[in-house]
This record gives sequence, structure tokens and C-alpha cells, in this order.
Amino acid sequence: MRGQGVNGGRPEIMRPEEGVMQSRAQAMQALLDIVGGQPVIVCNGFPSREAQKIRDRDENFYMIGSMGVAASIGLGLALAQPDRQVVVFDGDGNVLMGMGTLATVGALRPKNLTHVVFDNEVYGTTGNQASYSRVVRLDQVAKAAGYATVERVWEREDIIYEFTHMLANDGPHFLLIKVNEQIEDADRVALDPADITKRFRAAVEQN
Amino acid sequence: MAVIDSDDFVKALRDMGFDFFTGVPDTILGGIIEVLSERRLYTPSVREDEAVAMAAGAFLGGKIPVVLMQNSGLGNALNVLMSLHLIYRIPCLLIISWRGFEGKDAPEHLVMGQTMPQLMDTIRIPHRTLVAETLVEDLRWTAQTFMDQRVPVALFLKKGVVKTIQP
Repeated sequence: MRGQGVNGGRPEIMRPEEGVMQSRAQAMQALLDIVGGQPVIVCNGFPSREAQKIRDRDENFYMIGSMGVAASIGLGLALAQPDRQVVVFDGDGNVLMGMGTLATVGALRPKNLTHVVFDNEVYGTTGNQASYSRVVRLDQVAKAAGYATVERVWEREDIIYEFTHMLANDGPHFLLIKVNEQIEDADRVALDPADITKRFRAAVEQN
Repeated sequence: MAVIDSDDFVKALRDMGFDFFTGVPDTILGGIIEVLSERRLYTPSVREDEAVAMAAGAFLGGKIPVVLMQNSGLGNALNVLMSLHLIYRIPCLLIISWRGFEGKDAPEHLVMGQTMPQLMDTIRIPHRTLVAETLVEDLRWTAQTFMDQRVPVALFLKKGVVKTIQP
């Protein structure tokens, strides 16, 4: 069976879950619907642009550069604010670039960190070059590193169920969401980076 | 030349308000990291780009962060310093051990050892070299620059200025 040719069409065999997979934007919308007032660190590239479009909120920290360190920023925030559930919206390329951080999280085991990875198996922002996550199971790496909860999901109901469960329980959690390659038509992050810092700090301080 | 005790150095940092410490070890930093670890103030990191990003996260959460690293690790941290801290106006104190100072070190430290101050000037990170006799003034300058400019500020630490665990 051939792939459906989304975004130029990879010639590979269709992934078994592909028919029921969400786009990253659809999955992200589902998560932002239930995240409440929790701070979210969003990785660079299209994920930040999509989050801004779907639901711009003061508690979103949009990365525009520094690829690979979304989880590190989230970890620092989780350690600084142990009473808040900190959420990271990450990507497979980002996780692969900063994979050592899975060890740091696994060793420190912060209870208040939920690490979500939208895994589309490509570097989508730069033209869908293949990433190694199609052969390396990042959820298994996270499990071996010592995350308390690790789930791998792709259907909408499962995404919502697992994320809700993770927000309400002690982590660190790792939620790998297999998504398709579709990219939402979303503008660049509009805010000045220094204003993102100010806005986010004020929001985190308030709650 | 006077030598700063690691305890005194950590106390001076704490008195200035620094309350989040991470980093990657170096022999020159050994004494400081030991004191911080004994007091459960130190969160070890596995890479310097991770360390500065953790410090950024801690700052977003209201902490005043310090990152300790060898200057070879500065290379690892550069992209995050340039495309996160400097543009988002996220400050941190970088305590960087100066390996390869005046060419007296192993070959792998010589290029960074020779070019580090110019490198920091180029990317516009304010820096000073720590001297025991001017410790209080150096730290005051550090805190002032940190608060005024909201950027990373670097203190270079040469061998023998702060007591290490290995003599």
C-alpha cells in the first residue's frame, strides 16, 4: 500500500496508523482545549506558529530559535515552580537533537513535567526531510531514561485521555503523539522575543 | 596571590540573590560544585546548551540562575545563548573556567583559551575575569549588568583563583 502523498508524498510504505492520524495542529488544539492555565513551552518552527494561531495565550512560551532545548527550558521551569504542571510541546527533530535531556529528566524525575512530542517523522519546517524517529522509538528511549509515564498515541480519544490523566498525576510524563505531516498555514510568531519573556513571566508569576 | 575559598564564593553568590545552579563540571570548578552539591543547590546537566536552557527556564519561573562550565562547553552553548537568551532578554550568570589560558594547557584547550574574550565580545556577552582581591567588586558589577541589560554575563575563572578539591 502506498502513502497518500501528503506534502509532496514520501514514496515509503504507509504507516499502519496513518489513516486515523491527526495533524499536529489538530492534536495541539485538543491539548490546548484541556490544558487550563498551565504554562506551555512550545518548540521552534511550525509548532510555535501553529500554537499561536490555534490559541495564543500568555502562558505559551514560543521558541523561535535554539532548536533542541524545549525540554530543557521546561525542566528548568518545572524545577523553579514545583507546584505547577509544566507542559512542553516538542517535536521529534527537537528531541533527537537534545536527546541527552531525556536522561536529565529521567534522573531528576520532576513530578510536574509533561513532555509532549508531536512526532511526524520529518523535519517539517524545512521541507519534510526524514528524521530518525521513524526507526528509533523515542517513547522507548524515554522509558529507558526513567520517565514515570510513557504513552504512544495517535487517535484523538487516546490523545485527550492520556493528556488529561498526565496533567492530574505525578510525572515526569512522556506523551508521544504520532501525527501526519500536514502543516497548518500559520504566520510567524508575531511578538517580539523580549515581549514573549515579559508576558510569560508575568503569567507564571500571577497564577 | 590570594585564593578564594569555595564556601566563601558560594556564600557571596547566594548573598547576591543567585538561587539556581546548574552546569557541567571542570576541575577548576570542582570545589564550587562540591559546596553547591553539599547544600543541595546544584542540578547537574549533561551538556552546556541544556544547562543554559535550564537556566532560562528557571529564570522564566522567577529564579536567578548561574551556569558553571568549562570554556570548551561554551562552544556547545553558543547557539542557545545567541538565539534564546540574547534575543529574549533572559539573563544568567555564566561562570566559565578558563582552560588554555596563555597557552599553558592541553592542545584541545588552546584555540578556545586564546580566543574566548574576543568571542564573547563578538556575540556581545559582557565578561570579566575573576580576581580574589576584587571579588566583591566583580560580583557587584556582575549583578548590576545582569539586572540592567538582562543578558547573560560571564565571569572567567582561571586555575587557582577559587580553591579546588584537587590541589
